Amino acid sequence: MAVHTASTSADPSGTTDSRVDLGPAAALSCRECGERIPLGPHFACTACFGPLEIAYELPDGDPEGLRKRIEAGPNNIWRYAELLPVPAGVADTPNLNPGFTKLVRAENLARELGVTGELHIKDDSGNPTHSFKDRVVAIAVQAARAFGFTTLSCSSTGNLAGAVGAAAARAGLRSCVFIPHDLEQGKVVMAAVYGGELVGIEGNYDDVNRFCSELIGDPIGENWGFVNVNLRPYYAEGSKTLAYEICEQLGWRLPDQLVVPIASGSQLTKIDKGLRELIALGLVEDRPYKIFGAQAEGCSPVSQAYKNGHDVVRPVRPSTIAKSLAIGNPADGPYVLDIARRTGGAVEDVNDEQVVDAIKLLARTEGIFAETAGGVTVGVTRKLIESGALDPTLTTVVLNTGDGLKTLDAVAPTSQATAIIRPNLDSFREAGLA
Amino acid sequence: MSVNVRIPTILRTYTDGKSEVSAEGANLGEVLADLERNHQGIGARVLDDTGKLRRFVNVYVNDDDVRFAEGLATQTPDGAGVSIIPAVAGG
Repeated sequence: MAVHTASTSADPSGTTDSRVDLGPAAALSCRECGERIPLGPHFACTACFGPLEIAYELPDGDPEGLRKRIEAGPNNIWRYAELLPVPAGVADTPNLNPGFTKLVRAENLARELGVTGELHIKDDSGNPTHSFKDRVVAIAVQAARAFGFTTLSCSSTGNLAGAVGAAAARAGLRSCVFIPHDLEQGKVVMAAVYGGELVGIEGNYDDVNRFCSELIGDPIGENWGFVNVNLRPYYAEGSKTLAYEICEQLGWRLPDQLVVPIASGSQLTKIDKGLRELIALGLVEDRPYKIFGAQAEGCSPVSQAYKNGHDVVRPVRPSTIAKSLAIGNPADGPYVLDIARRTGGAVEDVNDEQVVDAIKLLARTEGIFAETAGGVTVGVTRKLIESGALDPTLTTVVLNTGDGLKTLDAVAPTSQATAIIRPNLDSFREAGLA
Repeated sequence: MSVNVRIPTILRTYTDGKSEVSAEGANLGEVLADLERNHQGIGARVLDDTGKLRRFVNVYVNDDDVRFAEGLATQTPDGAGVSIIPAVAGG
């Protein structure tokens, strides 16, 4: 079989083979045609343009031993290093040590939604830069090191730009990140504060992505590791750790149902991959689970395709307050459709008003202030329960992937002081608060 | 109609390493056919067996994604820029 040299950018190390130490990662394989190529900074198959992903040689035959090694590991994603494309000594490298965020049993929210089974929130706002993006960037940094890149970059809807800036600062790399020019101020400041270069592009996320894809093919982009472009196969694997953690935190048990936000769709596909790996490794019981995808109505190409019974996703121009999910042309959309249908889940969407309501519902019931993407998953959970698609008697995990402080604009108009009073009791009584 | 076509790195083996080549055609389908005539093999990388754009390829005529326009029937005015870009995920 011919081996394609799928070079999609300069490879400063000149190395695309076994000299690269990324732990159990054995090769890159095409998700469309199955072609395998050596590890390298590549993301698209030259044969069919299909996305590349990591093929592993995972530990085999001793699930109890593996479980013990994981449980004895650090309280971050590196406890799963044996299952990730990272070198064995990864925990000792300068990095942000993300992960092992709280899995919150949401009994108050469950009562409100009529859930009689277990309802949990996987609250990834607890990561170092307050979104799940720290997980994926931490893996990408290891790949960037392995391939000799000196600048870390990305196209971002905001959260990723902050995660890249922070990770690069800790790792001692230069960073230059690209965002749509009109993002929420919280995300702009959060991305800029780490001292790297932050470039606003006049356009939406898909325009930024296109720009980065062209930059990577230009000599200017040589020596640049774009975490979600030429390092994407590595980067994306970081989302598997959400699946690992959820199962471990449930006592090495699969949830029956998961509700996951969809931007590019990558996270949902990798959560599914992580669950299947745990089953294959014998770390959890092999039984069915359902994955539900959640989008905002103003950017719901995957949800629309699901509802219309389509296998392909028609791009849209986003218009929603859930900017972290505002990817109109989601590259992993077709795979999300496959997974939702294979597992018996669904893909649903909620409008901006429902997103805001859901943010406030989660805050009011569980003390968790989610960003708009969390409002989307909680809002979709409520909608799925009402429609009967999600079974309220089972164990359900809902993802909150970011911190509400980053999207204050969404809730600020309806979340203000109850009253402004003079500093005395009479004034308090007059305000009707006594 | 002569247009400039930006070639992604993974297809530059067909264009002698050039990142930009010119091609003729009144619409995208004709431009891709002309590209295939001058750079044999490149067409099958961009189009699938049924002659449609592969699902992980994005093509822009000037700044417009052709999926928002007329696909392969999208007009390519003289001097237009055509970009062929592998789809990538992000966030």
